[in-house]
Amino acid sequence: MSAADVRTGGAVARALGAQRRNLWFWIFVGPFAVGLGLFTYVPLVWSLYLSFFDAHNTVTPTGDDFVGLGNYTAMLGDGAFLSSLGTFVLFTAFIVPATYVLSLGLALMVNRLRLARAFFRSVFFLPTACSYVVAAVIWKLSIFNGVRFGLANTVLGWFGADQTAWLSTTHPPWYWLVIVTVRLWLQAGFYMILFLAGLQRISPQLYEAAAVDGARAGWQVFRHITFPQLRATSVAVVLLLVINAFQAFDEFYNLLSDARGYPPYARPPLVYLYYTALGRDQNLGLGSAGAVILALIIAVATVVQARWFGLGRKEG
Amino acid sequence: MHDAHDALARAGRALRVVLLIALALLFLVPFYLLVRNGLASEQEITSPDWTFFPHELRWSHLAEVFQDPGLPMGRALFNSAVIAVSTTVGTVVLASLAGYGLARIPYRHANAVFYAILGTLMVPAAVTFVPSFVLVSSLGWISTLRGLVIPTLFSAFACFIFRQYFLGFPQELEDAARVDGLGYWRTYWRIVVPNARPVFAAVGTIVFIGAWNAFLWPLVIGQDQEAWTVQVALSTFTTAQNLNLHELFVAAAVSIAPLVVVFLLLQRYIVAGVERSGIDD
Repeated sequence: MSAADVRTGGAVARALGAQRRNLWFWIFVGPFAVGLGLFTYVPLVWSLYLSFFDAHNTVTPTGDDFVGLGNYTAMLGDGAFLSSLGTFVLFTAFIVPATYVLSLGLALMVNRLRLARAFFRSVFFLPTACSYVVAAVIWKLSIFNGVRFGLANTVLGWFGADQTAWLSTTHPPWYWLVIVTVRLWLQAGFYMILFLAGLQRISPQLYEAAAVDGARAGWQVFRHITFPQLRATSVAVVLLLVINAFQAFDEFYNLLSDARGYPPYARPPLVYLYYTALGRDQNLGLGSAGAVILALIIAVATVVQARWFGLGRKEG
Repeated sequence: MHDAHDALARAGRALRVVLLIALALLFLVPFYLLVRNGLASEQEITSPDWTFFPHELRWSHLAEVFQDPGLPMGRALFNSAVIAVSTTVGTVVLASLAGYGLARIPYRHANAVFYAILGTLMVPAAVTFVPSFVLVSSLGWISTLRGLVIPTLFSAFACFIFRQYFLGFPQELEDAARVDGLGYWRTYWRIVVPNARPVFAAVGTIVFIGAWNAFLWPLVIGQDQEAWTVQVALSTFTTAQNLNLHELFVAAAVSIAPLVVVFLLLQRYIVAGVERSGIDD
């Protein structure tokens, strides 16, 4: 603090300055924060409130409709809800490792290209621009159509295989192949970009040192240098993949429902909630209870996973 | 010994290139099918003697798709465009201002505000769709542009990326502006925004793609046919009973055409944006 400051009452000026800064902070952050509060926090609290009521078709239930934890016990005792969680677990078990391996593999191959690098990167990234609805049109009506003109059946027919009704065969569950490949195609390119970014951050000196130490190019270098260095990227990728799998809706809805409605199998949580809360019944209380349970599950899963992998730690 | 090793390395490289080309073709097949089926005749799409190349490309299908009263493509494309553009502009403005305030304006509780924002990333947006629907319907916003756009404008993800970017932004430029007597507001618009174009382009593109491709929210909120987006219109059509295959494929191709163009033009920004976003740090 300078002498001049003291003479002109610097403390007062600073206090005023701080107030002005606070005002500016809220001018910049306020609109966003208010909107986020209104459209994220308010719905969450409202959902919590609704979940204790028997609220059909209404968002302002009266005291008579109070059911306490009734919706929660109903939800947790509901086989369809539990099986939706099972569907999610199964879906995650397929899609997370498949996407992880494919996107990492693509990144490793593209990263080492000297020619046409941008071309291959674009080709693998391009499906990211495609919507699940459009992809479902292609998968359902062209590739995995259950008739002879479907691409999969045509190609398999060349080898003398019988036709498969991909989306309506439940034993074995061929629809699973359709659902997993759609998402794999749509999202692998995005995660490939994340891995490419991670690969570029690895110091070339590490590879030089490894070469000096006699590590053979290929598997050894990958195992001892590349893979450990990608640790933070891997954690983020797995976390994002699980969260995204949890929110699966578009491809299930578009691939499996038809003019007769949605089949009784393969309903992930969101599809189940969609029909519970917004279906004919409009059971908003039960739907809200389901949403709260799901939010809790994903919050716990995220925290556990972050702890487990040490999210936030730096690479290396 | 050395030669054998080189030969092995060469073979490995060749194998990798072959594998890459095969995978690239596999990734392109769905795009090809979209165009092929859109331009082929109905008989050729459903012919048991399926061929890779249709005998005749029917470009007239392109005009047909806008004339079907059952599939309001023109209206749906218009809705999607309005929604995607307003969502993008609104999100980028709101999130960049908030990101800048959080990164640069000293405030005692800035960290608490930041964590309150970041915390919503933990709550998957899709899980709040039931209560959000409830809120929007009680506001009377069902099947309105307001209902389709406003609740989606507050992206914690976009805010996070802007904050990270501005934290790494060279402070000297802003200091010079402050010395010249510019306040936060004018410093932001005149100095920061013009110098941060890459991050605006990256976030803008990502938000635009997300808004154009969104399905669940428009499905829930856009209940009247008048309010359908392209995705909802296509989806409704796939579950309809009498479906005209070539029309559906042309419509699907038309719906992704604007995005593919945006995507190919702005791809390097998206890549740079994803790479610098710090989501994998």
